[in-house]
Amino acid sequence: MLPLHTRATVTGGLARPLLKVLDLSEALRGRYPFDRVAVHRPPDGPDLDGTALRELGFAAVLCRGAEDRVDGLPAVHSLGNPDVVRPGDVIRVRPDAGQVSVLFRRGANANSLFVTERCNSRCLMCSQPPRDEDDSWRVGELFELVSLLDADLDQLGVTGGEPTLLGPGLPELIRRCRTALPITTLHILTNGRAFATPRVADAVRDGVGRVVWAVPLYADVPFRHDFVVQVDGAFNETVNGIHNLAERGHAIEVRFVVHAQTLPRMERFAEFVYRNMPFVSHVAFMGLEPMGFAKVNRDRLWVDPLDYGPALARAASSLQGRGIATSIYNVPLCVLPRQAWPLARQSISDWKNVYDPACGECAVRARCCGFFASYGAAWRSRGIQAIRIEEAAQ
Amino acid sequence: MGERVEFRPESAYRPAASSYTLLPFRFARIPGVPGRVLVTSEVGEWHFLGGTEFRAFVGGALDPTSDTYADLHAKHFLVEGDPTTAIRLLAAKYRTRKSFLRDGPGLHVFVTTLRCDHSCTYCQVSRRPISESGFDMSERTALAAIDRLFESPSPTLTVEFQGGEPLVGFDRLRHVTEAIVARNRTEGRNITFSMTSTLHLATDEMLAFFRQHGFQLSTSLDGPAWLHDANRPMPTRDSHRRTVAAIERARAVLGHDKVTALTTLTRRSLDHPEAIVDEYVRLGFRSVFLRPLSPFGFAARAARRIGYSAEEFLRFYERALGHILDLNRQGVGIDEAYAGILLTHVLTPFPTGYADLRSPTGAGLGAVVYNYDGAVYASDESRMLAEAGDPTFRLGTVHDRWADLMRSPAMDLLLATGIAEVLPGCSDCAFLPYCGADPVFNLAREGEPVGHRPTNDHCRKHTGLFHLLFRRLAEADPHVLRTFLSWVTRGASDAAHAREAA
Repeated sequence: MLPLHTRATVTGGLARPLLKVLDLSEALRGRYPFDRVAVHRPPDGPDLDGTALRELGFAAVLCRGAEDRVDGLPAVHSLGNPDVVRPGDVIRVRPDAGQVSVLFRRGANANSLFVTERCNSRCLMCSQPPRDEDDSWRVGELFELVSLLDADLDQLGVTGGEPTLLGPGLPELIRRCRTALPITTLHILTNGRAFATPRVADAVRDGVGRVVWAVPLYADVPFRHDFVVQVDGAFNETVNGIHNLAERGHAIEVRFVVHAQTLPRMERFAEFVYRNMPFVSHVAFMGLEPMGFAKVNRDRLWVDPLDYGPALARAASSLQGRGIATSIYNVPLCVLPRQAWPLARQSISDWKNVYDPACGECAVRARCCGFFASYGAAWRSRGIQAIRIEEAAQ
Repeated sequence: MGERVEFRPESAYRPAASSYTLLPFRFARIPGVPGRVLVTSEVGEWHFLGGTEFRAFVGGALDPTSDTYADLHAKHFLVEGDPTTAIRLLAAKYRTRKSFLRDGPGLHVFVTTLRCDHSCTYCQVSRRPISESGFDMSERTALAAIDRLFESPSPTLTVEFQGGEPLVGFDRLRHVTEAIVARNRTEGRNITFSMTSTLHLATDEMLAFFRQHGFQLSTSLDGPAWLHDANRPMPTRDSHRRTVAAIERARAVLGHDKVTALTTLTRRSLDHPEAIVDEYVRLGFRSVFLRPLSPFGFAARAARRIGYSAEEFLRFYERALGHILDLNRQGVGIDEAYAGILLTHVLTPFPTGYADLRSPTGAGLGAVVYNYDGAVYASDESRMLAEAGDPTFRLGTVHDRWADLMRSPAMDLLLATGIAEVLPGCSDCAFLPYCGADPVFNLAREGEPVGHRPTNDHCRKHTGLFHLLFRRLAEADPHVLRTFLSWVTRGASDAAHAREAA
């Protein structure tokens, strides 16, 4: 697990806070404008010709210590954890706060654009509780960020908050991604409610073939879904939104978070999806992330995964068996029935992914999702155990 | 961290007591499922209710906090408040279930010859001896039929060769295939070829040709040798041996899954369900199609000798299905193709494309038949009916334009009598969403195309099959449910090929 933030010292004035970090040879290839690039100087690397770099117009160097700076170029150095930033990454530098944040990490198992902290739902188990502040500045930064990403990226997440609250900013973001990232699939997490309005669904037409809309649906009946997301009428809006997107040719993934309030309808939910939206390209059943509201509501959400494992296996297998690609996220293999193992994915972003001490001896650790870094005693299944090689081979 | 949020309790989102409206549904009580009522919706959702629950449900008194209430709500048997979303989902499900109507007939049957080397007691096709002349499709007729094929609008076409024995006239079959392939280079349709044949006459050269064009071959296998040979007499008395050898040769050239077989069940067959199924397993088939006699062609005349009632068939079928489920329990993966079709209708939101169990009827709307003599029929059964003297469902000839064939009086009659939703005895039947209309059968059996359901064999057979399958679904044995589910997943594509034959 490698964090996304670290302390840093900035010497010299930076024109812009966003920088693409590249080693010298890649920087000189010119794929990214020089004035957006911080040249990475490894501790044991060759000397850099400061004059030449300055004349070429590079924005900065990123180096180990103050003594590694290059004359005449701004420098980002003395990182609290130097491993946090690597060539290929895009960073945001806040000189006043003395902080560097990684907005894009080359080679990570997941990269996302965080578009807003605002949301129009209040899900009981939200791991990223929304804030009602105007953060529309983010969109401008993201437009800039998109042009600094690796163009060979397979998949890029878009998350929040609720991305449709950007209004016209979301279609614009999709268009910019299409241009800058021609082969990248956008995976946009949205509650889909806004798409109940046909005009809103019309506006994202440039996403057809390029976007997978990942929409959470927590029940087969309105009242239970509405309760989980704490909004009257949300179920009908989401269901209409899903159909409006599908009618316009969009790809849709449905997401179901398993907890005490969704569990009673989980198997019926699978049947509902199959009957009412058999066009979805993927269904994900997800274990809780113990963060944010999930912690506040722990007592009304917690079910030991060991206890819901059999029902989860039935629900997921029934969809998979009927031809809808289905996955299980965030549930470690040791608490899942063996039948469901083929559907379990290593779903946790590597920057917040940890393993339990019990995992040390486990034969299937290498293909297990492990745990969120935020899990603790209150969220620990009694079924956690190392799987022995003989068991794994069965 | 985010702002402080007050979370409202679940009760704040629950509906007010008993404020729901019923959506259209039908219901039935299933023999062997005491005390429960099956409800089915217009789009094929279904649910079993207890007797008391059922009365509460229709009386508007169902407890809104009960699981049953949520189940019926989710399946759109009831709606509360604004019905817009529920009706939209119902409409989408209805469109999906009837999606076979979108493109018009996809199955085009070419009867290239009526000659055959067999003389089966139940033959549906009024065969002709192999040496007779005047029963082969002429080149002029074939070319006109191909024009009609490409006038039909469907982007996906199945071209099926039937006879007689199509291999008796292999040259014509080859010409027709090659002409269609050549023409399709500019038409760009998605075409599948299939042939119904005993395969006895298939040479290596013919099999290579079938492989080249991706043919699906369907043959007839009635069971073990003693049964098959009794049903399918040849002068040499070795039809079974020849069939098995032909299946092996065809599999070797085309691939195992390119050869399917179906049974025709005579009175003799009815005592031997296990032996018939076991013969299919022995020969490596993953599917057996247990098909009762149909009342056409010679079969109607031989009915007294080889025929049986719907009830006798159902007793046989129940035993066969039990045996097949036992085999699956033991790890032998074999399905019953017709159960696969019916279960696909029950357990999925999709149609099967099976032309003989649709509403509106598949005759003329899902299939057309080009006969060797140039006549165009709405279905194979329509053709047999004409051979027996009643040309009611003859659409015209291959020289008529497609549009005129589709506007023929025969099509008018099919549309007037081939929609189960408006037929007496069907319109209020709980199994309607999974069943179909068969005016051709009705005309053949009852002398008029609407049919009288209480004495109608099509209805008795299907009602019996649905009773059997829903009883199994009500019992909910996990192994049976898993097996059924595996049949619909696999069966959906097989069913398209599993057509009436020989």
